[in-house]
Amino acid sequence: MCRTDRVPTAGILWLALVVIMFVARSIAADHKDLIHDVSYDFHGRRMATCSSDQSVKVWDRSENGEWHCTASWKTHSGSVWRVTWAHPEFGQVLASCSFDRTAAVWEEIVGESNDKQRGLSHWIKRTTLVDSRTSVTDVKFAPKHMGLMLTTCSADGVVRIYEAPDVMNLSQWSLQHEISCKLSCSCISWNPSSSRAHPPMFAVGSDDSNVTYGGKVQIYEYNENTRKYAKAETLMTVTDAVHDIAFAPNLGRSFHVLAIATKDVRIFKLVPMRSDRKESTSTGPTKLEVQIVAQFDNHNSQVWRVSWNITSTLLASSGDDGCVRLWKANYMDNWKCTGILKGDGSPLTSSSGQPTAMSTIVGSSVQTSQNALNGMSAGRYFFPPLDPPRAGTRYGHLLPPSSLIEHCDAEPIQPQQALPYRLSSRALLPLPEAEGQ
Amino acid sequence: MEELDVEPAITNIPAASDGKHLGFAWGPGDILAYETLYMAPGCSFIHEVRKDEDIYSPILRKLFNESHHIFVGLQTIREDLPSKNKKTQFVSISKNYRSVIRACMEELQQVLQKWPRNMEIRYVSILLAIELIWNLCEVLFIDAAPAGPLLLHLLDWVRLHKGDVDEKAREVLQSESPAEHHDYWDVPGGTQTLTEFDVKWRHWHEEVDRCLQDNSFASNQHLEIICKILVGDEDTLLEHKELLSTWYHFLVTRLLFCHPTVKPTELHYYAQSCMTMFLDLRSVPEPLDSILLAAFEFDIHQVIKDCSIALNNWWFVAHLTDLLDHCKLLQSHNLHFGSNLREFLLLEYASGLFTHHSLWQLAVDYFDNCPEFGHVYLELQIERVPLDTERKALKVLRICEQRQMSEQVRSICKIMAMRALRNNRLGSALSWSIRAKDAAFATLISERFLQDYCARGTFSDLDLIDNLGPAMLLSDRLTFLVKYREFHKLYEENRFSEAAKLLLSLITAKIAPRSFWMTLLTDALPLLEQKEVSHSAHCPYLLLYHLTCLVYGFIVFCYGSSCKVDQLLTSLIKESVCRFAGLGPEGLGTPKV
Repeated sequence: MCRTDRVPTAGILWLALVVIMFVARSIAADHKDLIHDVSYDFHGRRMATCSSDQSVKVWDRSENGEWHCTASWKTHSGSVWRVTWAHPEFGQVLASCSFDRTAAVWEEIVGESNDKQRGLSHWIKRTTLVDSRTSVTDVKFAPKHMGLMLTTCSADGVVRIYEAPDVMNLSQWSLQHEISCKLSCSCISWNPSSSRAHPPMFAVGSDDSNVTYGGKVQIYEYNENTRKYAKAETLMTVTDAVHDIAFAPNLGRSFHVLAIATKDVRIFKLVPMRSDRKESTSTGPTKLEVQIVAQFDNHNSQVWRVSWNITSTLLASSGDDGCVRLWKANYMDNWKCTGILKGDGSPLTSSSGQPTAMSTIVGSSVQTSQNALNGMSAGRYFFPPLDPPRAGTRYGHLLPPSSLIEHCDAEPIQPQQALPYRLSSRALLPLPEAEGQ
Repeated sequence: MEELDVEPAITNIPAASDGKHLGFAWGPGDILAYETLYMAPGCSFIHEVRKDEDIYSPILRKLFNESHHIFVGLQTIREDLPSKNKKTQFVSISKNYRSVIRACMEELQQVLQKWPRNMEIRYVSILLAIELIWNLCEVLFIDAAPAGPLLLHLLDWVRLHKGDVDEKAREVLQSESPAEHHDYWDVPGGTQTLTEFDVKWRHWHEEVDRCLQDNSFASNQHLEIICKILVGDEDTLLEHKELLSTWYHFLVTRLLFCHPTVKPTELHYYAQSCMTMFLDLRSVPEPLDSILLAAFEFDIHQVIKDCSIALNNWWFVAHLTDLLDHCKLLQSHNLHFGSNLREFLLLEYASGLFTHHSLWQLAVDYFDNCPEFGHVYLELQIERVPLDTERKALKVLRICEQRQMSEQVRSICKIMAMRALRNNRLGSALSWSIRAKDAAFATLISERFLQDYCARGTFSDLDLIDNLGPAMLLSDRLTFLVKYREFHKLYEENRFSEAAKLLLSLITAKIAPRSFWMTLLTDALPLLEQKEVSHSAHCPYLLLYHLTCLVYGFIVFCYGSSCKVDQLLTSLIKESVCRFAGLGPEGLGTPKV
């Protein structure tokens, strides 16, 4: 009868796994074609969108939270795959990459006052990086402690690292490194750790679908002595096409956490092996011990994007099931799906054709799934209204409608059959700075 | 993989259709979701998706603000206090938390009387539940009253949350009247021991029971019911369950009449059976029922777990867990990922606060009290706080400086310096880059100042430049700027001799930017005209001679020979020659390059 001494088994102690989210507003982006990428600036006050319509748009959030398009311009002569912000220490700077084989750097210039009044901003092209012979599939700025550095990867299997030596002159970029990965590249991610114990490191993923080519994720590390990047590791277990890759914020840990979007979502831990012999660190890259932390096939097929929130407590992924899934570790480092964003297929029409038109639909459509707490509905509609103190039972009729409760496992499964839209080149050119250096 | 304990929540994204992909981007607080196809060429809506919805409720803001003070107070309770004093303090802190919940609830009810809205109604029911659970946890875990007083506390608990006392006073009194006789309850706490009381109570109980058996009250039906209730006849109680409204009310009533000396360890048994008896019609317990039952079972971890899932709000679990942890009531697992349960929940709560434009300041204290990951979370979150104004930037900066977060301090100053420079506010840009100790940027801004001077002939931001003090040593160019401005001041004050000396030292120290040498040379010319300089006791001519030599050398070195330079030099040398004429040609010589 006495249960005060009961110790809960750690495994069952799951905390707040249900992350209930709501749609705060919807924005008509007004791109003429598919949006490929949306990117928040560092402070979350601006965003940039890019599209197959070859344009980039910049949006600013006003005091009341509404988004306004303040610039829209043609950036490339092909689909724009990715758009990304530089750290605000370097000003208001964007980089984009495209099917047109180029990457470009854009800077906002402080316009005349009447432009500001009209809520418009001016972006000018500072440089076009034309070194790639094929589609540039990803573009990322390196962590800010390395200076103003831009990395591109392309379908020809080459990662290029550019540097702007003078941060006030963004028209001058020098190609610092060219690294041949031998496989068509689809994505890159920098390790954000600024710890002195961790040399600069990036991971590159390949969307080559030939599984016999081996590992599709390569980790490169900078060597202080040779001043070159050398391959530290290939994740041999990842043999299917990789579409996205993301290092987690480091949180002062000695190891690194890497999320990968392939035919499923995978989370890896990369533990640098401490070498006893000092000279070994100077001659070769750090040996990494690769551990798989989690693997989820809930998207049913290809996973296209993975990304961490700021403190890396949540990982989001999107895939062929048409959903964005949120993954969370409990404090035992066990990962589970905690939330799903999913299209409801309802019509939502753009309000007008003006370039800066906003059709904002404020409201929330939260659906909670069945939960295991005695089979009752989860989430915020959880408690039956109680008697308020000394005020009668006025709110007794306010239970949520049962239609808000939906079973999670009732989602339709729709495997996708479509032609690859991104073209990749098989013609890989040998480059001076190859792996193993 | 383990079985899923809880199914994930689904958020519907309007207009996104089947067969398309959803793309997304993380922001500091939100996710942006958009429809796309990663493989083929649509609709272009972007949806801003948020969690921690409650953070944005203006009414709950008071709850967040006031509980923050209580939280900070709790963290300062000294470890070395005697445990009895501590317990009193913990109970009073628990009561403070509850009164904040109640205040918030009452405010909500006032709002509701004017504008009944779903959001507020929902909050009222959540707050009611939170307060109910918290109060029970306080009675059972924090106050931890022994048998006897325990029932008193439980009675208070039920009465506090049984709202319709006034409306149904008669009926309620019917079931609760014994509690009104305070003398009755003074008995066990007074001279008698619990056992003595128990014996007497049993005696009284038997007597009432005998009266019932004798049908002494058969003439009056109401009286009979009352007596039946007094002896704790379960069937009679259940017949009147509409008056009891909840199973836990039934539980406390039953305990009162049948088991007034119930021990904490026995509660679980009665709770379980009362719930089963009471809920037979509904058959399925609500989550709230499970949470309360877990509390009666003294299963603190289950209470916290169920609340976390039920509430989608970290406020309650974070604060309650923190308090229970201070009471040393939580098993301390040393955890793999977060440091412990308390810290895990506090980090989640504080991270939610950080997405709000003003509540983030509260979150700082919560992070400060998370020994394991608090600091690194704060580092990651605080650098994302939008620096809308200089005032806000200074606020963020102060927080970082107090915590020796040097990288964040540097970065904030750099961002502000860059922004000021982009908007052509040179003074602000300079002071931010000095704060960032960013020598390269200070050099760049100093150069802008000098360029502006060349273009306009005046300096801006004189107050700043004149009062830099040792900060000017950050970069050579900045030092030059300050010294050059000093030269101008001396010149304006007609202290030509000192001005000339300073100018010379600027040139000999070679810290002037090359692009500025022409300007320096031009500045030198009028000095040659000044009597103060020419009549100075300290070899003015030599000074000027050196000046001329140096400038000549620099110019040829840097520009080579050009028409304009030659002209200038010719006039300078002519000037010098005239001045030096009195000294004779041996004092002159040809300027050496």
